[in-house]
Amino acid sequence: MRHKLTIAVPRGALLAGTLDLLDGLGVVTDEVRANDRKLLFEDAGIVTMRPSDVPTYVEHGAADIGITGKDVLLEQPDREVYELVDLGYGRCEMVVAARKGDDALAESLRRLGRVRVATKYPRVALRHFAETGRQAEIVQVNGSVELAPLTGLVDAIVDLTATGTTLRENGLEVLEEIVTCTARLIANPVAHKLKAPDIDALVRRIRGDWE
Amino acid sequence: MHPIPPGTRDVLPDEMSELRSITERLRATLDAAGYGEVWTPLLEYEEVLRAGDEAAAGAGYRMFDERGRVLALRSDMTIPIARVVATRLAGVAEPLRLSYFAHAYRSVGPGTGHQSEFLQSGLELIGVKGADGEAEVIELTLAALDAAGLARHRIGLGDGALYRTLLATLEVPPERRDDLIERLSKRDLVGLELSVDRLGLARDARDMLVRVPGLRGGAEIFDRAGGPAVGALDGLRTLYAALADRGLADRVILDLGLVRMLGYYTGAVYEVYDPAVGFTLGGGGRYDDLIGRFGAPRPACGMALDVQRVHIAQAAEERLR
Repeated sequence: MRHKLTIAVPRGALLAGTLDLLDGLGVVTDEVRANDRKLLFEDAGIVTMRPSDVPTYVEHGAADIGITGKDVLLEQPDREVYELVDLGYGRCEMVVAARKGDDALAESLRRLGRVRVATKYPRVALRHFAETGRQAEIVQVNGSVELAPLTGLVDAIVDLTATGTTLRENGLEVLEEIVTCTARLIANPVAHKLKAPDIDALVRRIRGDWE
Repeated sequence: MHPIPPGTRDVLPDEMSELRSITERLRATLDAAGYGEVWTPLLEYEEVLRAGDEAAAGAGYRMFDERGRVLALRSDMTIPIARVVATRLAGVAEPLRLSYFAHAYRSVGPGTGHQSEFLQSGLELIGVKGADGEAEVIELTLAALDAAGLARHRIGLGDGALYRTLLATLEVPPERRDDLIERLSKRDLVGLELSVDRLGLARDARDMLVRVPGLRGGAEIFDRAGGPAVGALDGLRTLYAALADRGLADRVILDLGLVRMLGYYTGAVYEVYDPAVGFTLGGGGRYDDLIGRFGAPRPACGMALDVQRVHIAQAAEERLR
């Protein structure tokens, strides 16, 4: 089975949980664990990449299935992929956070009619503020989002947090919880039909491990 | 730099001659089966396209003519052909067999790898009800792709109305159904399961709503669906039997989760797959109400192929030989 399906595996926070999952399914991950620069592991049928690239590879069929965070899928809602299983690990919260003890967000909304928000997730952020009836000006940043409210660039941030440590260490506090994100198994729509028995067998084994 | 819009492309002679060879082979198959080729205008009045399908006119490219009327680039050929059939061919009673090779347009974001201008090859069979018409369209699509040099292509078969019928049979409150259908059409099976759980149904009904959309395969899935789904599957069962009679059972994949997004499909829906391409090569379905939106109703079904994707599959097939 493992030789028939190509699996897109996310590097970063989800890597350890994903390799544990694959071990449980009988996929040999030793080579991936031993080598953090190599990207393509043909024997195991694994390709590794940034979590946000997983939907791209899977949508185009360069990988049959993949694992990525729900946060990535929410930010890329137009990707034509099946979301098959909530894998449960990699649990994080997508939150609105601002400087502790600071009411810049409410103040901006009241006086300026809009709030400025820095994020790596512009679509999620825009949607959250629209759904809660507030105008938001989104400032897209690529790293260290916590810096943005500290320097006065924005009033608040929308970001992913697991333990809240980074937020706390930078003097930020969570104001609102938007959505809980976990790792998801996704599949290419064509592989989902043409390799249905392989994918179904995999899903059954994953669900068996979880339930 | 003199850029061209994202999702469009220039075609140079090497590629063009290969594309031409593919369209010629597709055309020969359709011609031999009695499908006559038609052209319709690239530009249509937006309100006319909108009469065919609200969503079809909304997403693409629009402009004004010299009198301020809104024009739109067609997003597929099925709606223009429905218009032609209801107007120019309204008096012709017998079945109509039409084919086309034409560009259609859908707006896409830059960097998505999708085409905003794409060449479609398609066929429409008008005036033949039920499985007979659908089996003809599917058989011809498979044959046309054989002729184009593909070998491993399959057609996915679903029933666009199946899940809605199941929801009605299981007495899911009407106001909750759209959410479930939307999650299914977005292929969000995790979200679908969550939504089904929130309905608070009995165990059997709950399991059925979660399990049925995941069923894919051959005739065995009719048994695996079971329970209230049995009646809802009659249409698909008849079509599968008609295809089996034509010796095509192993070239189609039944898919009880298949829902195509276009609003005008009324029954069977199809998608075309090839292992060399990560996207569907094309799709289609039965659209018995569409022609009626432009005049007298007539049953119809059809299929459209993306010629460029067929080319990618054909090139991959050639490399395997």
